[in-house]
Amino acid sequence: MPEMAGLDEGTPLFTQVAERLAAEIADGGLAEGARVPSTNELAAFYRINPATAAKGINLLADDGLLEKRRGIGMFVAAGARQRLLGQRREHFVARYLRPMLTEASRLGIGTGELIELIGENDQPDQPHRDSRSGVTV
Amino acid sequence: MTPAIAVAGLTRRYRDQVALDDVSIELDPGSITGLLGRNGAGKTTLLRILAGQEFPSSGDVRVLGQPPAENEPVLRRMVFVREDQAYPDIKVGHALRAASWFYPNWDARLAGSLAADFGLRPKKAVKKLSRGMRSALGITIGLAARAEVTLFDEPYAGLDAVARQIFYDRLLAEYAERPRTVLLSTHLIDEAAALFERVVVLDQGRVVLEAAADGLRGVATTVSGPVLAVEDFTAGRPVWDRRRLGSQASVVTVGPLDEAARARARSLGLDLVPLTLQQLVVHAAGWPAASEAAEEAEAADPEGVSA
Repeated sequence: MPEMAGLDEGTPLFTQVAERLAAEIADGGLAEGARVPSTNELAAFYRINPATAAKGINLLADDGLLEKRRGIGMFVAAGARQRLLGQRREHFVARYLRPMLTEASRLGIGTGELIELIGENDQPDQPHRDSRSGVTV
Repeated sequence: MTPAIAVAGLTRRYRDQVALDDVSIELDPGSITGLLGRNGAGKTTLLRILAGQEFPSSGDVRVLGQPPAENEPVLRRMVFVREDQAYPDIKVGHALRAASWFYPNWDARLAGSLAADFGLRPKKAVKKLSRGMRSALGITIGLAARAEVTLFDEPYAGLDAVARQIFYDRLLAEYAERPRTVLLSTHLIDEAAALFERVVVLDQGRVVLEAAADGLRGVATTVSGPVLAVEDFTAGRPVWDRRRLGSQASVVTVGPLDEAARARARSLGLDLVPLTLQQLVVHAAGWPAASEAAEEAEAADPEGVSA
């Protein structure tokens, strides 16, 4: 679905809508107490059925991350960001750290060597390009 | 709640051919449903019968609670946009005006803005329109009619990707503003998949799949990687298709994969790629299994849109 504003084919669309909103809350783009986009706004933006968008919103509401204010819409619940950051941390361990450890042991890389590798690769950000000349300084 | 469309035991026979074979479908008011299937599967026959333009050989057909055939009050509440609609020898503006007289909810401003978006000029003779522009006229009428039941049969022959995107966007916007029951048949399945709340798939005149569209994503998955790992992972799972090239295998397996299964696939070094709706439609033989898997997914998710 190339025209779908960046949602991918695999996971159900409503899960992806929920994940996008959750990511925005975790990153602070949607502050606690802020109004989240309506079902129809999400449907138009992602080019999906409004019922699918509603299902995504409900997923977060059922989780207590969003709260409904009657007649106004859905808002980011207090404490939502902290909870999401905690979930993300667990997700990071499951999705990245454990597979990395599995692959490392497959390659015969021990924990000590792995930590060394992480140190070697943990460079500060690359220097910024000079905006006038376009050359890396 | 009266279903917007209710068809029970519908059969349509032509001389030596069965176009529809015991079809039963119910569509709730306020939903967008995709009507999918190969050419000759019976999509157009079904839509024509719903629109009262053809009679069933047997079975019951109700639109908005009533039989549609020769039932003008019901026909005014529904619009049928067919592929390659024939128009009399008139100008675009006349065609739109004629539609405005027939449909009680007609929105002239919407018609004007859709026509402008598609580049449809009111003074142009319909006969001189290109195929794509004739499609654009049909779409304009179909949306501006604001009919409670809106039937589109392959409405975009000859429209380019940009114009089709206009159609999808305007359909969603219109639907958001004025929810209605939309039944849309299309061959461009993956392009339109995200618009659908439900899909009905016909094959040789029979309904082979009816499910929530979102539940079908991930119903079947292509598993690929080293032969032994693929075989290990897919053992005991229903399989639609197997391919092998040297030490690599690629297998299409049916049934949702939970997080544990996905983690296992990763640890086995396997790639998982879900089948798109279009690929699902191609694998017609496996539909009974897909139906069951989709029902399981729906049952596990009672809050779902289909509930």
